[in-house]
Amino acid sequence: MKRRVVVTGLGCITPIGTGLNTFWEALLSGKSGIDYITRFDTTDYPTKIAAEVKDFVPENYIDKKEAKKMDRFTQLAVAASQMAVEDAELKLKDIDSERFGVILGSGIGGIETLEDQHSKLMEKGAKRVSPFFIPMMISNLGAGYVSIALGAKGPNTTVVTACASSTNAIGEAFKVIQRGDADLMITGGMEASITPLSIAGFCSMKAMSTHNEEPQKASRPFDSNRDGFVMGEGSGILLLEDMEHAIKRGAKIYAEIVGYGMSADAHHITAPSPDGEGAARSMVNALRDAGITYEDIDYINAHGTSTPYNDKFETLAIKSVFKEHAYELAVSSTKSMTGHLLGAAGSIEAIACIMAIREGKLPPTINLENPDPELDLDYVPNKYKEKVVDYALSNSLGFGGHNATIVFKKFK
Amino acid sequence: MVFEKVLKIIGEQLGLDDMSAVTAETSLMNDLEADSLDAVEIIMAIEDEFGVEIPDDEAEKFKNIGDIVKYVEAKQ
Repeated sequence: MKRRVVVTGLGCITPIGTGLNTFWEALLSGKSGIDYITRFDTTDYPTKIAAEVKDFVPENYIDKKEAKKMDRFTQLAVAASQMAVEDAELKLKDIDSERFGVILGSGIGGIETLEDQHSKLMEKGAKRVSPFFIPMMISNLGAGYVSIALGAKGPNTTVVTACASSTNAIGEAFKVIQRGDADLMITGGMEASITPLSIAGFCSMKAMSTHNEEPQKASRPFDSNRDGFVMGEGSGILLLEDMEHAIKRGAKIYAEIVGYGMSADAHHITAPSPDGEGAARSMVNALRDAGITYEDIDYINAHGTSTPYNDKFETLAIKSVFKEHAYELAVSSTKSMTGHLLGAAGSIEAIACIMAIREGKLPPTINLENPDPELDLDYVPNKYKEKVVDYALSNSLGFGGHNATIVFKKFK
Repeated sequence: MVFEKVLKIIGEQLGLDDMSAVTAETSLMNDLEADSLDAVEIIMAIEDEFGVEIPDDEAEKFKNIGDIVKYVEAKQ
């Protein structure tokens, strides 16, 4: 028997704002979180811009001693999880902690810690590597620390599928509740990889924008002049709950999650499969899981990274799945504002979909000044749009050919 | 001098702003809630600060902060 799963709490720390309301208002106002990198010296770097989280003070959310033992990616997740629990007005002592779990996504986990400790190894030798290096670095410690902070003893894993990580994590958490293995799940993702090694790696791949002269215009999904993605950092957290459990405790319900689809391109380690064939199958699988047809979708939050290939192939995928309806629905890429949060991208984009449903407003794709002639869908150019949204769909497509899709529904 | 520097290192590692109640009799693990990983990191920081080496079998014998200070002073 498939149980219904609803969203009852949201928390986020993003390059355009901390907290749900600030994040949503920033999306609607078309605010960009992209600027020059401050976390390290970018003199030798082709890309000098990123979407950093501004003004995050871990000690505002986490005990100082504990915060020291966490990589930034974990600090973001723990803080955002606490926000989500508070937003949901969840009383931790009143719930069955064994039926409260955590599934989060991250592309790379504690890479900043890895770089710091590797430097220590090189400079001072093996005996100076911190005893905290391993627990700070490994990607699963985000979910580990969250479970400690919240006393969540239920199902607990971390999903690693590059840029699809958070969307996969949300889908897996949805399924855990749907099949009855938990009543509450903290899910979403976290990423903090604006580091010398990580940026250098992506620069060498020539995957990122080098539009350093105008940082706020560098992320321009679907635009003719797009030249690569801009990296972002942050964490988006959703509290998912069994619908009956939520109703019983009088929880506010943001939306329902009704479908999860996945697929693999089985094509190339970084380039998407031609014509978006893999992404199309992920969307079809999600629609089938939701028990709806392609005509039911009102809004798609695209993966929309602002790379030449992704935006073209994702558009082709959307057209192949939605046929003539592709011209009736709206598609936008909030990466135009937030940058690409990699493993955490899906988490904040899920929040954007949920709020679009709740408020009947679609966040825009900013910087859409010269639409690519081949890309002719309604991308909600530059300004938000009012539209009733009953069903929204979010895509995340990761290096390695991982495709993940979630379908959200207005709760009734 | 050694005692003050050791206290500073411990305070930083354990995130303690107020070290006024900490004495030579204070035990890292029993009184300050340091776990085994904290203890290792504190010993490493002390090794760096004073340029001494503290082998594991010696570190295991420390019962309190006073023992650490005595060991460092003896090595200097």
